Amino acid sequence: MLIFEKSRPGRGACLLPECDVEVFMPEEKYKRESKLPLPEMAEGDLGRHYTELAKKCQGVNDGFYPLGSCTMKYNPRIDEIVANLPGFSEVHPLQPEHTVQGSMEVLKLGEEYLCEITGMDEMTFQPAAGAHGEFAGLLLMKAYHESRGEGEKRTKIIVPDSAHGTNPASAVMAGYSVFTVPSGADGCVDIEKLREAAGEDVAGLMLTNPNTVGLFDKNILKITEIIHGCGGLCYYDGANLNAVMGRVRPGDMGFDVIHLNLHKTFATPHGGGGPGSGPVGCKKLLADFLPSVTVRGEERLTFEKPKHSIGEMKGFYGNFLVVVRALAYIQTLGREGIKEASENAVLNANYMMHGLKDLYTMAYDDICMHEFVMDLSDLKKKTGVAALDIAKGLLDHGIHPPTMYFPLIVPEALMAEPTETEAKETIDRAIAVFRKLYEKASEDPEALHEAPKTAAVARLDEVEAARHPIVKYNHQDI
Amino acid sequence: MGSYVPNTPEERQQMLKEIGLSSFDDLYRNVPEEVILKDPLAIPAGMSEMEVLRKMQRIAEKNRVFTTIFRGAGAYRHYIPAIVKSVVSKENMQTAYTPYQAEISQGTLQSIFEYQTMICDLTGMDVSNASVYDGATAAAEGVAMCRERKRGKAWISETVNPGVIETIRTYCYGNGMEICMIPEKDGCTDLDYLKGHIDGEAACVLIQQPNYYGSLEEAEEIGKIAHEAGAKYIMSVNPISLGVLKTPGEYKADVAVGDGQPLGLSLGFGGPYLGFMACTGKMMRKLPGRIVGETKDTNGKTGYVLTLQAREQHIRREKASSNVCSNQALCALAVSAYLAAMGNKGLRQAAILSVSKAHYLAKGLEEAGYRTENKGEYFHEFVTVSEKDSEKTLLALEAQGILGGYPLDEKRILWCCTEMNTKEEMDEAIRILKEVAAC
Repeated sequence: MLIFEKSRPGRGACLLPECDVEVFMPEEKYKRESKLPLPEMAEGDLGRHYTELAKKCQGVNDGFYPLGSCTMKYNPRIDEIVANLPGFSEVHPLQPEHTVQGSMEVLKLGEEYLCEITGMDEMTFQPAAGAHGEFAGLLLMKAYHESRGEGEKRTKIIVPDSAHGTNPASAVMAGYSVFTVPSGADGCVDIEKLREAAGEDVAGLMLTNPNTVGLFDKNILKITEIIHGCGGLCYYDGANLNAVMGRVRPGDMGFDVIHLNLHKTFATPHGGGGPGSGPVGCKKLLADFLPSVTVRGEERLTFEKPKHSIGEMKGFYGNFLVVVRALAYIQTLGREGIKEASENAVLNANYMMHGLKDLYTMAYDDICMHEFVMDLSDLKKKTGVAALDIAKGLLDHGIHPPTMYFPLIVPEALMAEPTETEAKETIDRAIAVFRKLYEKASEDPEALHEAPKTAAVARLDEVEAARHPIVKYNHQDI
Repeated sequence: MGSYVPNTPEERQQMLKEIGLSSFDDLYRNVPEEVILKDPLAIPAGMSEMEVLRKMQRIAEKNRVFTTIFRGAGAYRHYIPAIVKSVVSKENMQTAYTPYQAEISQGTLQSIFEYQTMICDLTGMDVSNASVYDGATAAAEGVAMCRERKRGKAWISETVNPGVIETIRTYCYGNGMEICMIPEKDGCTDLDYLKGHIDGEAACVLIQQPNYYGSLEEAEEIGKIAHEAGAKYIMSVNPISLGVLKTPGEYKADVAVGDGQPLGLSLGFGGPYLGFMACTGKMMRKLPGRIVGETKDTNGKTGYVLTLQAREQHIRREKASSNVCSNQALCALAVSAYLAAMGNKGLRQAAILSVSKAHYLAKGLEEAGYRTENKGEYFHEFVTVSEKDSEKTLLALEAQGILGGYPLDEKRILWCCTEMNTKEEMDEAIRILKEVAAC
């Protein structure tokens, strides 16, 4: 039941005091005439409403969440406590610098540690999410080429066909055209095709490594060399950084600019879709173009605007309280723990893949990084049970399904990323469930077509939702 | 060192063995030898939870938390009802991913549907998205969604928050739209200038209500000028003010945007906040970002899904109008819980308390030698001009634990009041400033 249907006129809570000064009302012509039908509810009923909604959500704390490319690792509770310290949460973003030295230290330490982890020289925390970071990173590249008088001729961004959909969309937002380079049979960038595409019109390449099929592209040095050779820059989509921390750094692979997803790799909660944080790191050659301000100084910290800054990506300093959480996380793990996290993320993925690969067809049968992709087209041909059906079947076992139908280059794809914070027995159980569903696909495919049975609702009609959109409650229904 | 990896070293070895490997190095065999890190990362060693808490507390203590704040300029300290914090700390909602698997995400989806409804009610618009990063990016996305083939100019009033203008500028640097500034006249948008200069290439006109200086714009007139030129009309609004002020819908705006921070989100040194975006039904398919819609399941039961996804990047890739692929879901949850807790009565009360207190403070500041610059009506922010040096004024307040207004220049200060400011603290600030000598 919607909150509006629970509303009763006259109910509510007493939250604010009476006015202790003379009441001022704006002139009539400025006043709203339309009704404002916000819910009217007692606090107790309001609390129950949201508890009821919470029961219809599945978070990382509810169970295994092997959602590929999303790095659904455990979100440490201490990081929540730290972010809620009044010294961080009650500070106005426009306070004088000498009263926010603590916030500036957070940004400075965050920059220092994340630059070391990624092999970058400088970093901005202003971008609010991964996609926002991509947009910022591309604008850095654009400003760089323009500063060298090559803005006009470099009009193209190369993106592999396995890339996240945000990559091409961000490139277009930055004013570029997109050239898609195919992947080879091994799931990695087709080097010959890349060489053909590389020319004087290339502004740069966007790549994630390990890539979206979970493989580390062993030609990475050749790839970045080809792009640099034609005068382009290399952008690292940090979505998959959780596989390689402490082992290899994007900066050393030849990347010039990178975004991170603090809500993936650095364990801050996803919040049901946000807020995230998408800091952008870069090498020296791009640092003068960074957005907003960066923190400088040792004892007394100050904000400085980079010389040729691209401007503001959003208001203030980014999703600061998310950065606070990530900093607490990095400090907890430290240099050994960061590496341990990545190693175990890769181990867990390989262990899970190993437990499934005799039944499920793996898109690429090689050692994987932190995630792997299954190709269910054989199963679908044999039984009619598609990737979607297996995914929905998992819901009835308390497991969040892997990412479905991505990357686009694998048909009937299920992409699984267990992360390092899952115990062996959790993965063993998940393997058993996956295997059971595989058998069920042959025995009783209809049951899987009808899954889930235990969720709050059965499968929803998305086509109807898009055809006749109802996107808000109609108050006249009361 | 701290760790959240459950498997013991023995278990890890056993797992490696089961997959036919002997060490972690084997897992990284596809990484070229020359880029494998030889040394440990140069970051400090890990710490216990207690040490981390202590260290972060020490850093937090280097910030000064003011008990009295008269500063707004884009971030506002309003009262946050206790229930809001309790709602956003529910772990099922806090640790969930984007609701792609609708069947197990009905809680998130329904909360967004309720949020969309409340934003529509608040702004008087037909459709709201599930939120974007913040008010500044909402404005920038709003400008981008108004672009048409032969209309590539965005008219932006100089009285819009400068941070918002700068963000729009950055987005337009990317997408190639041209920005035309509408100058300020007496603290408000110069209508005559706009009327005289706008042309058939205008994609939109964007103003802020109340504007950056707190003043109320002649929003109806501006909308008429925009529409006569065939441009779309975007209003960036303060959501608390809509408890009493005319809505963008009533002003016939095509798009309403703003920052949701005043609605239950803490100052947090600038984020995370939330940008709300709402528009007319006509423009629905141009609205970027997530939208939740109502539908039925196979048993005929009502449920909610992400809808109109054909607009979005994961389907459209380079043909998408925006790359937004998330929303500030947890912040949207806070905003809904805030609006539900306050209700119409509470929101109206917050608005009236804020505007009343601002007028009380302005009167007191006048007596202390700080003249109100706003010519017409203002809401909960106003600008003073004085012979007294802004920095000196603000330091005098700071010495007494008060964060004064935001200095616009050496003589002008932008003040803000909310329901959080008591008569006593305003009297105290006025008393202190009466003692500040002119320089």
